[in-house]
Amino acid sequence: MTKTIIPFGPQHPVLPEPVHLKLTLEDEVITEAIPAFGFVHRGLEKLAEIRDFHQMVYVVERICGICSMIHAMCYCQGIEEMMGIEVPPRARFLRVIWSELHRIHSHLLWLGLFADSFGFESLFMQCWKIREKILDIDEATTGNRIIISVCVIGGMRKDLSPEQVNWILSELKDVEKEIKRLETTIMTDYTVQKRTVGKGSLTGKQAYELGLVGPTLRASGIAQDMRMLGYAAFNEIDFEPVVETEGDCYARCKVRFRETLQSIDLIRQAMAKLPEGELAVKVKGRPEGEIISRVEQPRGEVFYYIKANGKKNLERLRVRTPTFANVPALLAMLPGMWLSDVPVIVLSIDPCISCTER
Amino acid sequence: MIGQVIAISPENVVGETAKMKVEGYRFVTLSCVELDETTVDILYHFDREFQLKHFRLTVPKDAPVPSISPVYFAAFLVENEIQDLFGIRFQGLAIDYDRTLYLDEDVKKTPFCKYVVIKTAPLCEVPGEKAS
Repeated sequence: MTKTIIPFGPQHPVLPEPVHLKLTLEDEVITEAIPAFGFVHRGLEKLAEIRDFHQMVYVVERICGICSMIHAMCYCQGIEEMMGIEVPPRARFLRVIWSELHRIHSHLLWLGLFADSFGFESLFMQCWKIREKILDIDEATTGNRIIISVCVIGGMRKDLSPEQVNWILSELKDVEKEIKRLETTIMTDYTVQKRTVGKGSLTGKQAYELGLVGPTLRASGIAQDMRMLGYAAFNEIDFEPVVETEGDCYARCKVRFRETLQSIDLIRQAMAKLPEGELAVKVKGRPEGEIISRVEQPRGEVFYYIKANGKKNLERLRVRTPTFANVPALLAMLPGMWLSDVPVIVLSIDPCISCTER
Repeated sequence: MIGQVIAISPENVVGETAKMKVEGYRFVTLSCVELDETTVDILYHFDREFQLKHFRLTVPKDAPVPSISPVYFAAFLVENEIQDLFGIRFQGLAIDYDRTLYLDEDVKKTPFCKYVVIKTAPLCEVPGEKAS
């Protein structure tokens, strides 16, 4: 049978950001998929050699909008460890609260886009409607909806008043109720299952050997979540990673859906234990040495390698984002699938090209 | 500060990486650090049960480095990235973009090097295709 090569992207209705896949097909079945990037590469790592290490907090926040706070937290955590800075307990708990708010709105954004990838427009709109409440919380507490700029080296720049804590808790009650209303649709609807069950399956062994991270890995039965490292205040709250075993698009959807509810629980725990005290400590001196900092973003483990030599600029900042680790999965998931399944499978890894093209 | 770092040479990088795979390590990524005008450090990061282990390979910029993508397939992406940004040549890549993962074909410079290297010839031949 003759082979056909079809370019998928960089501009495609289902893709929120530009990525290209060179698909080789026999009839309607994919035999090979080769990804290509470079449409929006910014070289932000290189800026670390020019900008002050404090200014780099603002730069790393702009690697990705959806998980901006978590990028900043990972970077700050690395510099703090390198300089021997002890972050105040209140700041550690606030980091948990805002990072989990980011996870909720990222997963709701993804659930909407995922529903859109198989034409379920009303589900897409419902998810994004709920997401607005989280963005309203971000805006009311930090002044910004997405890039909230609350992390600084040594702690946090924003605090939550007792009134704000109560208001967030009541808003989360509504959010939880509305997310649970979607549960029947996401978990049992015929359309959702028809388009996702058995699509793009990976076994736990395949997922692990491909170096996958986050919900893409946990949907294949591997209980790996960087929050288990206990960074920020995760060592002081109850946390168990969400795991599914089927390894297909449906399992990845279930993991993210359950994680949305889990994040609400983590925020409640953090708010219940939120200690009084300082927000940040004063930072003196300059970083020196090599450090690795890892945290769990909505898409999985983000990895920061930082090398500093005692100057105001860093010698090297290297960022391995979760989507960069999950792209090789597409090369294993797509062969054997139908062309019409490509949008659903590509979306199932929750691709963030902004992160990848940092 | 970054955990266990083992210095390795280009001759044993593939063999040592294969041992890591047998021991159940997950491939995390590679980090390339320019040391001076002629040398770079390539750090290989692996993880097993949240414990990181690293290899440090110090090589001249113009010397080819064996690719570990035949062992850990996922490494092809980051090796191509380093090839684009630092001009380091990886041999035996599972998929070789020949410095076009991020860059246009006519770009000769290595954008992440402080001491710029100008590409004068194709770094690698793409399997099944003739090098231009």
